[in-house]
Amino acid sequence: MSTPQSMFAPELVLPAMRDALRKLAPRELIGNPVLFTTAVVATLLTVLLVIGDGGLSLGFQLQLIAWLWLTVLFGTFAEALAEGRGRAQAASLRAAKSDLVARLPDGRMIPASQLQRGDEVIVETGDLIPADGEVIEGVASVNEAAITGESAPVIREAGGDRSAVTAGTRVISDHIRVRVTQEPGQGFLDRMIALVEGAQRQKTPNEIALTILLVGLTIIFLIAVSTIPAFAHYAGGGVPVAVLAALLITLIPTTIAALLSAIGIAGMDRLVRFNVLAKSGRAVEAAGDIDVLLLDKTGTITVGDRAACEFRPLTGVPMERLAQAALLASLADETPEGRSIVVLARAANLAQGALPEDAQIIPFTAQTRLSGIRTAQSLIQKGAVDSLLRAHPDAAQSPAAADMRRIADDIARLGQTPLGVAENGRLLGVVALKDIIKSGVRDRFAQLRQMGIRTVMITGDNPLTAAAIAAEAGVDDFLAEATPEDKLALIRHEQQGGRLVAMCGDGTNDAPALAQADVGVAMNTGTQAAREAGNMVDLDSDPTKLIEIVGLGKQLLMTRGALTTFSVANDVAKYFAIIPAMFVVLYPGLGALNVMGLASPQSAILSAIIFNALIIPALVPLALRGVTYRPMGAGPMLARNLAIYGLGGLIAPFVGIKAIDLAVAALNLA
Amino acid sequence: MTTGMTMSGWGLILIFTALVALLAKPVGRWLFALYEGRDTPLHRLLGPVERGFYRASGIDPAREQGWLAYGLHMLAFQVVLTLFTYAILRLQGVLPMNPRGLAGIGTDGAMNTAIAFVTNTNWQWYAGESVLSNFSQMVGLTIHNFLSAATGIAIAFALFRGFARHEARTVGNFWADCTRVTLYLLLPLCVVYALFLVACGVPQTLASLVEAHTLEGAKQVIVLGPVASQEAIKMLGTNGGGFYNANSAHPFENPTALTNFVQMLSIFAIGSGLTWCFGRAVGNTRQGWAILCAMLILFVAGAGIAYWQEADGATLAMAGGHMEGKEVRFGIAASALFSAVTTAASCGAVNAMHDSFTAIGGLIPIFNMQLGEIVIGGVGSGIYGFLLFALLAVFVAGLMVGRTPEYVGKKIEAREVKLAVLAIAVLPLSILGFTALAAVLPAGLAGPLNKGPHGFSEILYAFSSATANNGSAFAGLSAGTPFYNGLLGVAMWVGRFFVIIPVLAIAGSLAAKRHTPATAGSFPTTGALWVGLLIGVILILGGLTFLPSLALGPIADQVSVLAHTGF
Repeated sequence: MSTPQSMFAPELVLPAMRDALRKLAPRELIGNPVLFTTAVVATLLTVLLVIGDGGLSLGFQLQLIAWLWLTVLFGTFAEALAEGRGRAQAASLRAAKSDLVARLPDGRMIPASQLQRGDEVIVETGDLIPADGEVIEGVASVNEAAITGESAPVIREAGGDRSAVTAGTRVISDHIRVRVTQEPGQGFLDRMIALVEGAQRQKTPNEIALTILLVGLTIIFLIAVSTIPAFAHYAGGGVPVAVLAALLITLIPTTIAALLSAIGIAGMDRLVRFNVLAKSGRAVEAAGDIDVLLLDKTGTITVGDRAACEFRPLTGVPMERLAQAALLASLADETPEGRSIVVLARAANLAQGALPEDAQIIPFTAQTRLSGIRTAQSLIQKGAVDSLLRAHPDAAQSPAAADMRRIADDIARLGQTPLGVAENGRLLGVVALKDIIKSGVRDRFAQLRQMGIRTVMITGDNPLTAAAIAAEAGVDDFLAEATPEDKLALIRHEQQGGRLVAMCGDGTNDAPALAQADVGVAMNTGTQAAREAGNMVDLDSDPTKLIEIVGLGKQLLMTRGALTTFSVANDVAKYFAIIPAMFVVLYPGLGALNVMGLASPQSAILSAIIFNALIIPALVPLALRGVTYRPMGAGPMLARNLAIYGLGGLIAPFVGIKAIDLAVAALNLA
Repeated sequence: MTTGMTMSGWGLILIFTALVALLAKPVGRWLFALYEGRDTPLHRLLGPVERGFYRASGIDPAREQGWLAYGLHMLAFQVVLTLFTYAILRLQGVLPMNPRGLAGIGTDGAMNTAIAFVTNTNWQWYAGESVLSNFSQMVGLTIHNFLSAATGIAIAFALFRGFARHEARTVGNFWADCTRVTLYLLLPLCVVYALFLVACGVPQTLASLVEAHTLEGAKQVIVLGPVASQEAIKMLGTNGGGFYNANSAHPFENPTALTNFVQMLSIFAIGSGLTWCFGRAVGNTRQGWAILCAMLILFVAGAGIAYWQEADGATLAMAGGHMEGKEVRFGIAASALFSAVTTAASCGAVNAMHDSFTAIGGLIPIFNMQLGEIVIGGVGSGIYGFLLFALLAVFVAGLMVGRTPEYVGKKIEAREVKLAVLAIAVLPLSILGFTALAAVLPAGLAGPLNKGPHGFSEILYAFSSATANNGSAFAGLSAGTPFYNGLLGVAMWVGRFFVIIPVLAIAGSLAAKRHTPATAGSFPTTGALWVGLLIGVILILGGLTFLPSLALGPIADQVSVLAHTGF
């Protein structure tokens, strides 16, 4: 992805200014009812000024009108700026997409845009993959930097869970045959471009509800303001339209209305920068609401590889003998587990030695589920205890077998994996392999618990092992020996209880669960089916990110809430600026309400409207960046945000309006 | 600054508040039994009556209604009741129990009164004792004291069910709710209460007039009637329509300090109990206590300010002007407290004439009503009005904990927000809209007795009172004209049913939702933070809207007194 730019870099601000003007068109503006109302009022005042029916000094009216228009412009600018930031990213994506050509199996070359779903194409070394699809033949390493920003190549092969390829990525070795799975113009890259540009942005449910509230408040304030002339009439006077307009515009929630869509766009944008692609804004919101996180053990909680931690010889077998046998059986084993056995044996000085000359390596097969080594003198085997006993039925009845089973159970109970070792059919003992818990996960789960989010570890391990790892990692619950059906059932069960569930997955068999989950994050390395089923795709294929995604969702909602609260709380000061200014002519005693000691009625009104306009650009950085988010419980979080944005929202305008009033009076503007 | 406030005055306010809080649980438990349709100890006695009523009217109390059916049955019932009372008032002259031979009431007056009683407002443009026959009072009006109160509680029950139920399509049975509340709560309480009042000296007779010869030999006609029974339900049901024009300032309605105190308590009793009932219904009584706490803080603040201003009035150089129209039997604290109670609670009974309060002392009652009578509030209407603000508070601030806003286990989404805003917007629309009309039209301008801001306060008070279904009057306004009878009638109807329908729709929408279990990440709706937030939202969203009107009314009145400019 493109490197993050400064929020107010000129190359972003200048186009945003142009767009801000374009967005003044009524057709665009009507989507934001509060700003639309502001524009209508500004137009009305402009007309009244032209036909010369103001009842106030020309300079004052001109300033008032200018600030009203600026209020609208600041609002459209905020939205344009947020969109512009996304558009800069879209540009780099679009570059990857342009000029794609497809090589058909018959050797013809056609533009990629003509490809239909189901077509087959050949992609050679150095070619860009022309469309999203599935590898149906061959293996290739693919550089996906164009979409993920990660330059290390990944393997894509026919069959299995790594068969999906994306348009715009480059094959850097071998050649593959790909079946197109996308409709023209509906590919992953197309969707990504549309998303970061905000072109197809639809209001999320929460945004719609908030907009309704803002419209409702606008109507209530409209009633409050439009009845004032009648009241003033009773008091034997009148109130100029321009002053009424100023009161209305300062009271209606222009601040949050101006920033609302910018907050939404910026929220999606943060996710994209984080290399996660949400297919809808709804999914991002849902992320904030998550109650249960289903986390795959491997890769999220543990580093994925197991390491040998202990040799447990059977009764009567010397420790060295077991270690020596395990070492020999593992010397040729290049898996991380195998290597760890060698390391452990050598580190403990239990065994040394190199691979004998005549050694014949027995690879792991799905049938025997054993691996090992055969030399002239001996056959050493290692593998799961059950597999080992199955391979030596005569030993299976011996007391040694019972001993081995007991040790294996002990090990499993500790959350470790037992690996049996036998030499020439004689059972020697067990190597304990331990899952390595990622550093820091325990703290993060504790944070999640504080936030009210339950973590469930999903693992294929047996319940004993799973329980031990769950306890060590600090997850709240676990699902052992989990099948895709179990996952799906668990999600359904949680949802029945009214909880929202997030999970991540990559395989085709994860697809139903991904689709069922409220937030389903598919790994980009996963199958096309998984990527289709989830409502987010993690381009880095890092399952740990689920936790951050929840944080980003919460941050988005919090930013909206904080600015709404701030906007509403601002009204108190605005009332105290404008009401006395408006009515002091009718009842001089009402000057007592001028608690801020503003210079004159006109400067009070002007200061309030200037504050109301300037607060929008002042809050743009906050809207785009999002409010500071720290994982904590709802109580402390509310207390903190209420203090900053509620109390702050009450106090800030008193200070701000007073300061502006001093400036207005000093400059003789009113 | 010297003030007339005393320790005993503050003591009265605080003891009263404490007693209101103490009533919440016992009354709430009783209400909760009715909410759930469970048996009360009175069922052995009154059960046959209830079943007989269902049999006679063909109602199956077990058959639940969706929100729309619930609302339509309720509305049909109200329309029929309105027409019934309208007919009685119009035909008063030919109906029995009219020993004084009072004539029928005009169209606008009858319409206004019928609506006033059906909507639990009990606005009285007339002096009850001189215009209405006993038949009109007992048959035409008193039944509404029960039924309008029962209706309010029924609507509250429906809303509670919306919160408490999940994935449900119904919110209860209107007829069953109404019947149970009337039969097992309002009637028995009133019997006991009326007997207590009689014991304290309140008249209860069907005889109408007593002639008395004064010491000077003059003849005085004393109007009597079934006062005690009317008083009991007037308070308990937050109706407020007194037998006498002077209402609870009349010694026959409110003879002693004890009756005065008990009357105030009885106004808040059911409203306070409903908060507990709500908490119990949603499975966490702390939710109810939080609401009651916010209500009582708003109440004490209002009562305190009114008391401070009233007592302080003595220091103003107004040559006893503040004493005109004041209740001197119970003292300033009791009057200020009574005014805060009656306006907070949508009751509208008065023991002093609010018009005669100092300006700020008079502002508090207006403000209490403009908030929508949600500080304890009318029976049922107080809690459902308050819950509307709770929904808004949750929605505005709830996002700040990073989740879709939830309240007592229900997600608050676009539909609820829309309906809550709609219901809340009714208040400014009706109060400010009609006040504006009256402030410019000649017919409206003819109403107020005083000129200047005090006159404006009188108009504002009337429409605030009508819309909020309070029914108390600022006095000073000649409201018995076709103009005011008509507009105030509309305001009462709008203020009642234009709120109830959205409330029921919210109940239906919430009932259909899933229950979201509370976690450490859920927005906390118990505790001090929430109480403070609620108060803030109510004052800013509910109160500030009315600031311009208050500035031109009571506040201008006050500052002009202070500035000695006068009008």
